[in-house]
Amino acid sequence: MANDKRDIEIKAFADHHVITQPNPLRKVLRRVTETDHDDPVARAEKALAGLSGEFKKWMAIEADRLSAAYTVVLKHGFTDETREELFRAAHDIKGDAATFGYPSAGAAAESLCRIIEHAPDLEKVPSELIVYHINAIQAIVRERTKLDTVSTASALSRQLRGVADEYLMQVNRDRPEHLEAILAPSIAPAD
Amino acid sequence: MLRGPAMFRIDFNKLRFLVCDDNPHMRRILRTLLHSFGAREVYESEDGATALEMYTHYVPDIVITDWSMPIFDGLELAQMIRQPESKGNPFAPIIMLTGHSEKRRVTVARDAGVTEFLAKPISAKGLYQRILNVVANPRPFIKTKTYFGPDRRRNTSNAYIGPERRVGGEVEVLQQPSLLDKARSSV
Repeated sequence: MANDKRDIEIKAFADHHVITQPNPLRKVLRRVTETDHDDPVARAEKALAGLSGEFKKWMAIEADRLSAAYTVVLKHGFTDETREELFRAAHDIKGDAATFGYPSAGAAAESLCRIIEHAPDLEKVPSELIVYHINAIQAIVRERTKLDTVSTASALSRQLRGVADEYLMQVNRDRPEHLEAILAPSIAPAD
Repeated sequence: MLRGPAMFRIDFNKLRFLVCDDNPHMRRILRTLLHSFGAREVYESEDGATALEMYTHYVPDIVITDWSMPIFDGLELAQMIRQPESKGNPFAPIIMLTGHSEKRRVTVARDAGVTEFLAKPISAKGLYQRILNVVANPRPFIKTKTYFGPDRRRNTSNAYIGPERRVGGEVEVLQQPSLLDKARSSV
């Protein structure tokens, strides 16, 4: 269903071109009657729920990857490579954890991502600040089945974010572009 | 699901997807969602470089990519696809699915030629809506000295205050009519 470049229309203006083409995907849009009750979104949600038995295992793998990345940092210090892997491991948890049913782990991972992204010198970040984030994520993942852990996990990740933000605002007080990014609201809905 | 005087569905079995994410769990989730929607052809890559090769080879209709990946990332992948002189298709819709949720990131993705931005955590509804949007409401492409990609102006606003950044006459943007609007007006 690739585009046929022969059908493309180009209109030239002083400093730009506007390019239009027949929509190559129009053939996949199909009109249905109101009696058609097929709901692809509901079907997909059901399929996702069917995968949920795997989520705890996946989350444990992601948390262990984060711990392993920090073990490498402790051994070799922050290099481009070790920083990148630590960030990617935290960033994956930030993105995946809510889908896997661990929104508080995602919030703690987001806080860790902000530290890695905005601290002017990662070697000077108190190691406890990073360790507390990683331990919190591990604890949330391992202890999730206990009844009282949901509110505790949420309070824990909020506290970590508060401490991390306070640190970041202090060390970035002379770096306005980072301060702006730290204070900017997220476009993603909060859990 | 779309509701109203006219209802529309996407025939997913006619669409070919390329999914690019370095995280195997997220690829599994995306594959599950797309197959549940009805897609049959879903190609997967775990990095941008492989995705670019697959893009040329399989000619997907829609690309869904993560941002943060090894070798080269989703942003670079979008920039490589949006090469107007390339032999491949530079117009394919690109949906960026990412854990980055800051506004400045959305702007950077938009300026790389990304068609839709979907912040994680992923949901079936969010993904479906982005796909529906790129299928039913394609935007014209704009080419300037520094940009090639879908029109970054989704709306025209009379309330806009600021410099006019495009030069060239009264009609500067040719709107490609939305298929949904067209179909509804013909009902």
